[in-house]
Amino acid sequence: MSNNSLVSISDYSKEEILSILDSAADFEANPNRKSLDGKVIATLFFEPSTRTRLSFETAVIRLGGSIIGFSDAATSSSSKGETLNDTIHMVSSYADAIVMRHPLEGAARYAAEVSPVPVINAGDGANQHPSQTLLDLYSILKTQGTLENLTICLVGDLKYGRTVHSLIMAMSHFNPTFKFIAPEELKMPDEYKVFCKNHNIPFTESTELTDNFNDADILYMTRVQKERFQDLMEYERVKNVYTLKNEMLENSKANLKILHPLPRVTEIDPDVDSNDKAYYFQQAQNGLYVRQAIVSKVLANMPII
Amino acid sequence: MEKKLKVAALKDGTVIDHIPSDKLFKVVHILHLDTCKNQITLANNLESKKIGSKGLVKIADRALAENETNKLALICPDAKINIIRDFEVVEKRPLVLPDEIREVVQCPNPVCITNHQPVQTRFFVLKENDKTKLKCRYCEREVKAEEVRIK
Repeated sequence: MSNNSLVSISDYSKEEILSILDSAADFEANPNRKSLDGKVIATLFFEPSTRTRLSFETAVIRLGGSIIGFSDAATSSSSKGETLNDTIHMVSSYADAIVMRHPLEGAARYAAEVSPVPVINAGDGANQHPSQTLLDLYSILKTQGTLENLTICLVGDLKYGRTVHSLIMAMSHFNPTFKFIAPEELKMPDEYKVFCKNHNIPFTESTELTDNFNDADILYMTRVQKERFQDLMEYERVKNVYTLKNEMLENSKANLKILHPLPRVTEIDPDVDSNDKAYYFQQAQNGLYVRQAIVSKVLANMPII
Repeated sequence: MEKKLKVAALKDGTVIDHIPSDKLFKVVHILHLDTCKNQITLANNLESKKIGSKGLVKIADRALAENETNKLALICPDAKINIIRDFEVVEKRPLVLPDEIREVVQCPNPVCITNHQPVQTRFFVLKENDKTKLKCRYCEREVKAEEVRIK
């Protein structure tokens, strides 16, 4: 196994997280370089995720590297029944690093175990998506000037939303206060509340969005997905309650920024887009610099064979 | 006196004592005693001061492998293993779970990679206030020890 793989945000220490964010700022200042000249990066997308794939591929191409891979399992040999082990071995004989998206949870950890080249997890089912977490942290740092002592309000699907779970883990290094706002069906699982208690992280819980974020520095919205509800009437009710509108931001703090991992559906009204506090599109763009930093880090200090 | 006789009746082998009565046949199942050709004595619903009602298994000429004691530690952590040599109890072994168990437990998460690809399961053993939880190394889900499915 290559120790340089990035499977889960918990693989990185506080220092490593901060060094990635430093490096991302460098790439933002100068995103076009030839530091990956001659390197081949494989992007193996066993399920489609156009946004993440394009972001990783752009990151590599802007650093002078080349891309091989596939964007859908239907066009790969896994559709012929090849095991993940065999696919990874085959690809690792061509590529210097592998970026992988897979619908099964734990696929990335397994791939990192069997692969002789570093594996970057670009999402394994509902489990982990560490490059999303790092770009969330970068966006928070960039807009607030610090990661320390912030009040972060997490809204929407806190039960199944992997981005919010990873964000709690990553922010635990920086003395945060959390506010969890979710409908009853999609409340934060106990596991993460126990994690907060064990790390002395204060948090509050609420089911109503209105006015609960006036002391927040970050409002992190997530998509409430229809398929998570058994009762569709309940979904219709929740969908309308959890829509952020421009007028709701009147009493919010001046430094508040609104983040969203995108794609959004109805949870942020388009009238918020023109508000200076809306940051979700810049957040997506930050993903490019963070992914340049990640790819560069996993390829650094590789043994020369 | 009666208890001593039961144990002493085995010349060489393993005695698993203090199995909760409702777990006896689970133990039979996970040790594959139904197909084991060694001499086996099973007893159940014996009086026990400690747990009320207990089961007992005696297997002649067989030592338990590590993955077998790991399985026992999951389903009946308070049972005791006695190793018998020449009618004497030469070792009393408490059941202790290691920090990581491999290939013993099936991940309960239906979309975990270990349930779809030929991957050996690996679980970290977490202890939280007397309660044991297992965490899948791959999908990172946690499961209570008493709810695990043993392979």
